[in-house]
Amino acid sequence: MPDTDDAAPTDRDHLTPEEVAKVARLALLELTDDERSRFATQLDAVLDLADQLDGFELDDVPPTAHPFGLVNVFRRDQPETDAEAAEFRRLALEGGPEVEDGRFKVPPALGEAP
Amino acid sequence: MTAAGAADGGSAVEIAAAVAAGDRSAVEIVDAHLARIAAGDGEIHAFNTVVADRARERAAAVDRAVAAGEPVGPLAGVPVALKDNFCTRGVPTTCSSRILDGWVPPYDATAVERLEAAGAVVVGKTNLDEFAMGSSTENSAFGPTRNPLDVTRVPGGSSGGSAAAVAADFAVLGFGSDTGGSIRQPAALCGVVGLKPTYGAVSRYGLVAFASSLDQIGPFARSVADAALAYDTVAGHDPRDSTSLPDGHRPTVERLTDGVEGLRVGVVSEMTAPELRADRGGAFEPAVIDRCHRAADVLADAGAKVDEVSIPTAVAGLAAYYMIAPAEASSNLARYDGVRYGARQPGANTAAMMTASRTAGFGDEVKRRIMLGTYALSAGYYDAFYGKAQRIRTLMIREFDRVYQQYDVLLSPTSPCVAFPFGAKADPLTMYYNDVCTIPSNLTGHPAISVPFGTGEAGLPVGVQVLGPKLSEGELMRVAAALEAAAAAGGADPTGEDTP
Repeated sequence: MPDTDDAAPTDRDHLTPEEVAKVARLALLELTDDERSRFATQLDAVLDLADQLDGFELDDVPPTAHPFGLVNVFRRDQPETDAEAAEFRRLALEGGPEVEDGRFKVPPALGEAP
Repeated sequence: MTAAGAADGGSAVEIAAAVAAGDRSAVEIVDAHLARIAAGDGEIHAFNTVVADRARERAAAVDRAVAAGEPVGPLAGVPVALKDNFCTRGVPTTCSSRILDGWVPPYDATAVERLEAAGAVVVGKTNLDEFAMGSSTENSAFGPTRNPLDVTRVPGGSSGGSAAAVAADFAVLGFGSDTGGSIRQPAALCGVVGLKPTYGAVSRYGLVAFASSLDQIGPFARSVADAALAYDTVAGHDPRDSTSLPDGHRPTVERLTDGVEGLRVGVVSEMTAPELRADRGGAFEPAVIDRCHRAADVLADAGAKVDEVSIPTAVAGLAAYYMIAPAEASSNLARYDGVRYGARQPGANTAAMMTASRTAGFGDEVKRRIMLGTYALSAGYYDAFYGKAQRIRTLMIREFDRVYQQYDVLLSPTSPCVAFPFGAKADPLTMYYNDVCTIPSNLTGHPAISVPFGTGEAGLPVGVQVLGPKLSEGELMRVAAALEAAAAAGGADPTGEDTP
């Protein structure tokens, strides 16, 4: 286990609770003050792991997003029947917490619900 | 608590043969497993959902097919436990998360379809760390699974429920997913066999996504032969998974008796070096490293050519993984927003509803990883974290490919320690370190298997990991079968020889 207390200092500034709050907002999560501080310490320790990525010669090394390369795979463009389409729609909607008139229902996107 | 001596006992290979021959009834076999679950799972909590009626119906259908002289598959009547992140039509799939409360998938995963087509009988959906993020099942929203070998300890994770179900003989086979070690590590901690196949060898259609460039489905079994049979049943191309390999599946069952004569085996220095031992200031339990060296000796005695091999980038695997996996997870888990699946919390507008639903629905570890990934992908940090990790990943693949020109397989411990007590690794980073030996195979896309080999602290099982290049599952089975046979003959735990 790398001793995180003694980890080599990184150029990066330590993650602040305010930065954690900003990241949480981007991820649509709400944190209490307690959580902001706790997560800041914990996430900072993980980000310190990035120090271990230093020291490798990476200049001409391309990034890998997928171990064996990935190409698009298309199925045949075969229209489904109306009955099939209706069944897919019914099944998909069954999983939704609120549904109306064959659609997922959400509160207003702008403003607030009355 | 094991199959030995039970009236319904036997391996998957034996059960399937007996059921297909009409010598044994699938219903009786399934009933006996359901009875063991009813008696024992209150304590173990391997399962989130047990589907007793569905299992009995499927088993009866297998028995009817046998009676009618119709062909049944290679897993006829074999009880199977599925990790609860496999979609199962009509059966809740929770990922052990509150955010999927009430969601019932409208379709089956390809792996589930193939298992049932082969005659296997699903008995239930097993507990996991929420969304497969963890190494102990302590991150499940429904409480942890206990290790059947010592209920004060974790079963490992994230597929801890499936590993425990197989170890406790609640099922003969289990299935899980492995993103950074989530099949192999719990297999090691529960004393069973666990295989992480080559990326793309098993279709992930219907597997709830965690980190899409790393996730892979694989089996748990109490023997190498059963693991091979289970893997052969689910492997092979699937047009519904765009990452499914077109190369075709290479059957492994027929490789089990090939032996290891002449096989070139490399012991990975970065995972077995003396300075890693806890008695020399390292983080590895000494017995775990001893068992790995012992496994190498056993293979050498059986005619393999064994050598030490250094893979310097392997040490960067953990760091690269914790940049890449959370980045992919933050994107994959964006879909859980209270609109299309599961639980919703009220909110005055759409954004407030989504935020409230995600805040209430996700546990701490999932939130940590989503935030970590969001941060690693954000402007200004992308190159320093995610971009650099992706380049390290390229280096690792190159290095392993080079090593595999000289070695057929590699050996390492599966986990740095045996099953640990609940709460022992409460600090996230300490928990993450548990995956240090398993992560490289996920980053490279290569297969690896964990096979029980002797014991460590408190007499608990140690897993030895066998790693190989793309689609080398047959070689992994050969080596695992040799180690299994040696361990059964008492060759894994020589006394007073290696532990200083």
